[in-house]
Amino acid sequence: MTDPEHGRHLLREMLRIRRFEEKCAQLYQAEKIRGFLHLYIGEEAVAVGVMEALTPEDAVVATYREHGHALARGMDPGRIMAEMYGKVEGCSRGRGGSMHLFDAGIRFYGGNAIVGGGLPLGVGLGLADHLQGRDRVTAVFFGEGAVAEGEFHESMNLAALWRLPVLFCCENNLYAMGTALNRSESQNRLTLKAASYEMPAWEVDGMDVLAVEEAARMAVESVRGGGGPHFLELRTYRFRAHSMFDPELYRGKDEIEQWKLRDPIESWRSILSEQGLLSDDEWNQMEEEVRAEVQSAVDFAEAGTWEPVDQLTRFVYSEA
Amino acid sequence: MTILQTERKTITYRDAVREAIRAAMEADDRVFLMGEDVGRYGGCYAVSKGLLEEFGPERVRDTPLSEAAFVGAGIGAALGGMRPIVEVMTVNFSLLALDQIVNTAALFLHMSGGQFNVPLVIRMATGAGRQVAAQHSHSLEGWYAHIPGIKVLTPATIEDARWMLGAALADPDPVIIFEHAALYNTQGELPPQGDSPFDIATARVRRPGSDLSLITYGGGLPKALAAAEELSLDGIAAEVLDLRVLRPLDTKAMLATVRSTHRAVVIDEGWKTAGISAEISARIAEEALWELDAPLVRVCTEEVPIPYSRHLEEAALPQVPKIVAAAHRVMGR
Repeated sequence: MTDPEHGRHLLREMLRIRRFEEKCAQLYQAEKIRGFLHLYIGEEAVAVGVMEALTPEDAVVATYREHGHALARGMDPGRIMAEMYGKVEGCSRGRGGSMHLFDAGIRFYGGNAIVGGGLPLGVGLGLADHLQGRDRVTAVFFGEGAVAEGEFHESMNLAALWRLPVLFCCENNLYAMGTALNRSESQNRLTLKAASYEMPAWEVDGMDVLAVEEAARMAVESVRGGGGPHFLELRTYRFRAHSMFDPELYRGKDEIEQWKLRDPIESWRSILSEQGLLSDDEWNQMEEEVRAEVQSAVDFAEAGTWEPVDQLTRFVYSEA
Repeated sequence: MTILQTERKTITYRDAVREAIRAAMEADDRVFLMGEDVGRYGGCYAVSKGLLEEFGPERVRDTPLSEAAFVGAGIGAALGGMRPIVEVMTVNFSLLALDQIVNTAALFLHMSGGQFNVPLVIRMATGAGRQVAAQHSHSLEGWYAHIPGIKVLTPATIEDARWMLGAALADPDPVIIFEHAALYNTQGELPPQGDSPFDIATARVRRPGSDLSLITYGGGLPKALAAAEELSLDGIAAEVLDLRVLRPLDTKAMLATVRSTHRAVVIDEGWKTAGISAEISARIAEEALWELDAPLVRVCTEEVPIPYSRHLEEAALPQVPKIVAAAHRVMGR
């Protein structure tokens, strides 16, 4: 039996991501948001579940599909939206955009748009904690596409060799852009790759927020306790296209519909309702509160300002 | 705290770098050294010999042959509050870490809107001249100097080898130090450090002269100085400017020497095409073209991969006779 308040909290966190990103897609059509926009819709249980297991002192390294991670980690939605608008009030002052959300206050180290590029960074954050004797954990998110990169293997080996406090969170949504896992990997049991580095590795249903949270809590506890790095393969699915430019020629509509039957939000909502932990009124109220939060983020972004062009060359080097 | 030297002593470039690392590690617990064979082996060029015994394996960390991972780990450790010195054995292998250097270290501060600076120092050996063939003889300093967000240092003297590292560690942003492999055995006097922070921003005139300017850096410096000596026998007074820093380039110093001599030869062990010598020449052309009494001449590596055979390698690289010949050309005598 789920703690009612916690159960509703998980639902709300997933809903915040869903509604925020649905709004992003609209704003993209309206040309308020430009560049690349990679939506996390369908994968919300992964970020929400893992973040539950982290403390504020822990660190997060994410990918270019990171709106969900940023929101679940506690980044201000207004600053995220302003970033996508390219406004100076954005979390990266409009220098980063959708793929490069950063927030030092919550130890959120981006938004990395090079597949696999964030893994060595996460290993280094873990190394710093190890050297300074801190019991922090660094959670590194990456897609299954990253598993084909050398940086993945080098980082897994280094973290395991030095027993660094890193949680590797592989979001397996089955497609690296348009390339299916079984078309790119000779061995597509991802946990076996982690096991080859002597790293504990678990397969987790990434559509089940509670399963993700439980696995992440166990893994984080072990990592924090000195158990070395752990690897979670979080099996999930992206409901939307890879980016706003993707005609989705590589997968069938029926496959998408099948996965949508396992929508992490709908599934969790049903469970809560069946357990009598969520009334229709409570759900409607949650929807309304989330809608208001998203609207307020949009208002904040709309009201934002453009950084003066004479500041263009700032932040190339540190300012004295 | 660095121990101030009270008297001059003669040491090698290698010893100077080792002394710099040791002093930095003694002064600051956050400093550690990481790279391939830096520990038990003592460093590919014996730079870190003895440091493992002195500081232990946590602070002198041997890494697997995983350039991308350990350079990236250096970036992460820097973000996590450490002051890493990452040794990439040679510039040739740094190509395996280009993603981390260019896409992460150089961009992090800017992409994060000024939130995350990366106080990382990367050291690597560079250059040719030892018959180690094409894959071990690159001079790609100019490539790195192309990238906004990193600083590129090229110590060519014992003094710079000793003191640039500390200044680089004190810098809040990523700094790459290129140590020319042919310099490790050079010996010289180590002047005492002054009271002010060591300068890693400006070029230096290593030999004054009024007839022409030899502009160079790193492994080019000893050759330029030898050429200047030879030219002096012909009554030509060459000024030798050691750039020291390839990014940001000290344009002011380049213009100053050209304005004083009105003739210039640029010596660079990189290839001519799209290299740092092209950038130096362009800056002189942009800002001091009318100061020149003769077209500028570049002495660079021939546009071939560096061959193994000694006579071919020597022919490929900038050499003292080539510099002297170039100087005569711009002098018109």
